[in-house]
Amino acid sequence: MMPHPAATIVFLILIAAVIVLGFAAGRWNAGNLAHIEEWGLGGRRFGTWVSWFLIGGDAYTAYTFIAIPALMFGAGAIGFFAVPYTVVCYPILYLVFPKLWRVAKAHGYITGPEFVRGRYGNRWLALAVGVTGIFATMPYIALQLIGMQTVIGALGLPGHIPLIIAFAVLAAFTYTSGLRAPAMISIVKDLLIYLTVLTAIIVIPIELGGFGAVFAQIPTAKLLLPTPPADSGGAYTGYATLALGSAMALFLYPHTTTGILSAAGPRVIKRNAALLPAYTIMLGMLALIGFMAVAAGVRDMPEFASGFAQYGTSFPVPALLLHAFPGWFAGVAFGAIAIGALVPAAIMAIAAANIFTRDIWTQFVPTASTGGETQVAKLFAIFMVVGAVAFILAIPATYAVQLQLLGGMWIIQTFPAIAFSVFTRFFNGWALLAGWAVGVVSATWLAGLNHFTGAIWAFHVLGYTLPSYIALATVLLNAGVAAALSLPLNALANDRAGDETSAADYG
Amino acid sequence: MIKILLLPVFVLALAVPFFNRATPVLFGFPFFYWYQIAIVPVASLLIYIVYKVEDKGEAE
Repeated sequence: MMPHPAATIVFLILIAAVIVLGFAAGRWNAGNLAHIEEWGLGGRRFGTWVSWFLIGGDAYTAYTFIAIPALMFGAGAIGFFAVPYTVVCYPILYLVFPKLWRVAKAHGYITGPEFVRGRYGNRWLALAVGVTGIFATMPYIALQLIGMQTVIGALGLPGHIPLIIAFAVLAAFTYTSGLRAPAMISIVKDLLIYLTVLTAIIVIPIELGGFGAVFAQIPTAKLLLPTPPADSGGAYTGYATLALGSAMALFLYPHTTTGILSAAGPRVIKRNAALLPAYTIMLGMLALIGFMAVAAGVRDMPEFASGFAQYGTSFPVPALLLHAFPGWFAGVAFGAIAIGALVPAAIMAIAAANIFTRDIWTQFVPTASTGGETQVAKLFAIFMVVGAVAFILAIPATYAVQLQLLGGMWIIQTFPAIAFSVFTRFFNGWALLAGWAVGVVSATWLAGLNHFTGAIWAFHVLGYTLPSYIALATVLLNAGVAAALSLPLNALANDRAGDETSAADYG
Repeated sequence: MIKILLLPVFVLALAVPFFNRATPVLFGFPFFYWYQIAIVPVASLLIYIVYKVEDKGEAE
């Protein structure tokens, strides 16, 4: 019943240790956890290193660790877009988010949508931004569960029971400890991940005869991007727009915004824009594990046949780890991936709960009082986790992947309302809402034409074919609509009087 | 104005036609792979320089 005893025991010990840590975290640097800024934002006092672990643990998730190598394993070079993606996101972090932190601190905002409401005095625009965040987060939590399910399955543990237990505990410590729990656990998680990846990229290539031998096993068609035809941007524009669009979207997700706003100040964010790329090097190495799985030939090993049959292309990483490492170290690696699911899942639940409380509940429910807002947030966080578990148990995993793809295309539509607005008050709130609607509808429509499986659409511009990440093309349309409508709307019904922020708030 | 140093980060990372090639190989890595990993510390350094020049020593 336990095909990998050493791996399973080490795995279970790690998970148990992390659970204890999660409950203990509430006492760490204790604040009044009945206050939502303490529960949901850790009191805005995380320093450079805690923020580094927290934002790193938040942005580079278990799903990433499974999905990026899986993409390299299946599709080849295109999967490496994750590296330029997590390079260009950092200048964006540096330019936009220290300003967002300052204005949020000055006015007590704990979410992106609250800033939008304060800036434009428009709760409907904030509702659109907030609902987009919650909808983009739901499938993201579900995918963390899938990441965890894959390693639990690889250990040969039975059925859904371990998954349900893990996430019941997650819901419990999120409820009691708030953001301090994932902040503390992320330190353990990241150390385990670095240990696993460093060991893997040293040991496995030696077993396979060096990196040269690994790359030599990859077919030429997958080793590089195909050269585009003369009248098309081909895979080149596809790759670059995928990287840039994903980078623009990354810090707009509620969980990443929460991670940033929990920092102690703008300098912590700026330093982290320079320090967080260390995770990108790790991610690049991890992506290459997909190629190592090809070179090791795990696909054709009989002991992994049932795993590939059940988990498909997400199975190469667990299979390679089991194949290449002694049992106890495979347990460490699987523990790292599973904890890598719990950290972002907790932050996602907290972030969605902050949005529900501040941008929906207290704004649109007439009987709501700010006194009970922390209780509302705690209950909504549990709802998010339970919902994600139910989603995974009831619906095929491919739907979660498709919804996650859509989530990225939706969340980027909040870029004009959030990122542009820390620099300028040129836009009109209703124009931004119209731009958002055009962006969401056109992105969903194009993704539908791709049957919700492809992220890239081939646009035809003046006889030239320009394949582009749908999210990037549609957010340009969104920004164009918002700008074009802002001119007449500002002339007819200027909403600048609704701006509760002042230039000094942005620093 | 020092923020102009952030622009090369985008150029280096998104210049796909330039780096989509197999040679020169470094430590067994085709150019496509080692180049994209190598620009990560470069990006980090550029962001750090911008931070250091702009930093006025205020509170966190």
